[in-house]
Amino acid sequence: MSTTPADLQHGGHGADGHDEHNAYHQHHFATMEQQFDTSKLGMWLFLVTEVLTFGGLFAGFGILQGRYPQEFIEAHEHLQRLYGATNTVVLLVSSFTMVMAVLAARTNQKKKLLVYLALTILCACIFMCIKYVEYSHKYHEGLLPFQWYSHEGDGIPGSHGYQAFFSFYFMMTGLHGIHVLTGIGFLSWLMVRASRDEFSSTYYTPVDLVGLFWHLVDLVWIYLFPLYYLIS
Amino acid sequence: MSTHAHDPKKETRIYVATLVTLLILTLITVGASYIQFGSSTANVVIALTIATIKAIVVALFFMHLLYDKPVNALAAVAGFLFLGILLLFTLLDIGSRDGLEPQNLRAPDPAAAAAPAAAPKE
Repeated sequence: MSTTPADLQHGGHGADGHDEHNAYHQHHFATMEQQFDTSKLGMWLFLVTEVLTFGGLFAGFGILQGRYPQEFIEAHEHLQRLYGATNTVVLLVSSFTMVMAVLAARTNQKKKLLVYLALTILCACIFMCIKYVEYSHKYHEGLLPFQWYSHEGDGIPGSHGYQAFFSFYFMMTGLHGIHVLTGIGFLSWLMVRASRDEFSSTYYTPVDLVGLFWHLVDLVWIYLFPLYYLIS
Repeated sequence: MSTHAHDPKKETRIYVATLVTLLILTLITVGASYIQFGSSTANVVIALTIATIKAIVVALFFMHLLYDKPVNALAAVAGFLFLGILLLFTLLDIGSRDGLEPQNLRAPDPAAAAAPAAAPKE
C-alpha cells in the first residue's frame, strides 16, 4: 500500500531508504514490501490448490456416504472421539503458537520466536503420536482399506461400504498427516534460520508463509474431525 | 512493512480471544453431535456450519486476512467459491440419480426381468 511512484522510480533505493541495505532484497523487486506481498500472494494461490485437492476428496467421501449411509455410521463407531477431539485441540493450540511466532518475528523477538516455533513443533509431534496410536488400533482390528479390510462382525456382511469408509479415512487423514510432517520439516528449518538471526521486522517472509501453510493444515482438520468422528 | 502496525499486546489479546473462540466452538460441535436434530442430514449440516464458522475465524485472524491486502482474500474467496461449485454440482448430480452405477452396468432387477416374461402370454 505504501509503494509510491517515487519508490518504483528509484528501484526501492528511494526516499525512505529503508530497503537499501537489506541482504534479502532481490533486485527485481522495487521494495521489500513489494517482495513480501508477492511471496504472500503466491503462497495464497498455492493454498487454493491445496483446498481444491482436499475438496475433491471431501466430494468423494460425500458421494460414498450417500451410497453406504448405514455402513458409514457403523464404521465411524470404530473411531474414538476422544482421540479426534484431543487432536483438534492440539492443532488449534499449535495454530495459536504459530501466529505468536509470526508476531515475535515481526517484532524482532528472537527468543520468543524460537520458543513458539518449538512449541508448534511439539504440538505437531503430539498430533502425530495420537495419530499413530489410532492407526495401530485400526491395523490390529483389520479396519484397513481395499482388499486388506479383514474386520469381522459387521452389520451388513460382505458390503463394500466399510472398506470404502476406511479407504477414505486413511487417504484423507494420511494426506493430512503428510502435511503435518512437512510442516514439522519447515518449522525446523525456520528454527535453524531463526537461530542464525536471519529474520527481522524487515524480513520474516518465510515465517509468515510457513504460518499460512500451518493454519491451512489446521483448517483441513477442522473439517475432517466432524465428518469422520462425529457423524451419526 | 506490514499494513497492520498495531501494538503487539493488543495483537496477542486478539489471538488469545481467537483461540478461546475456536475451543468453545469445538466443544459446541462435540456437544451437538450427541443430540439428534431430526435427521442425520440436519446433524451433518449443523456440524459443517460450525466447522465453516471456525474456518472463517482461522482465516480472518490467524491467517491475517482481516488486516491483509484484499488481493489475498480474493484468492482465498475464489478458492472456496470453486470448491463450492465442485461440491454443489456433485450434490445435484448424485441427488438426481437413484444409484451410483450407470443404468447399463446395474445387475438386472428381478421385478423388471419378470415383467417382459409375463407379457407374451397376453
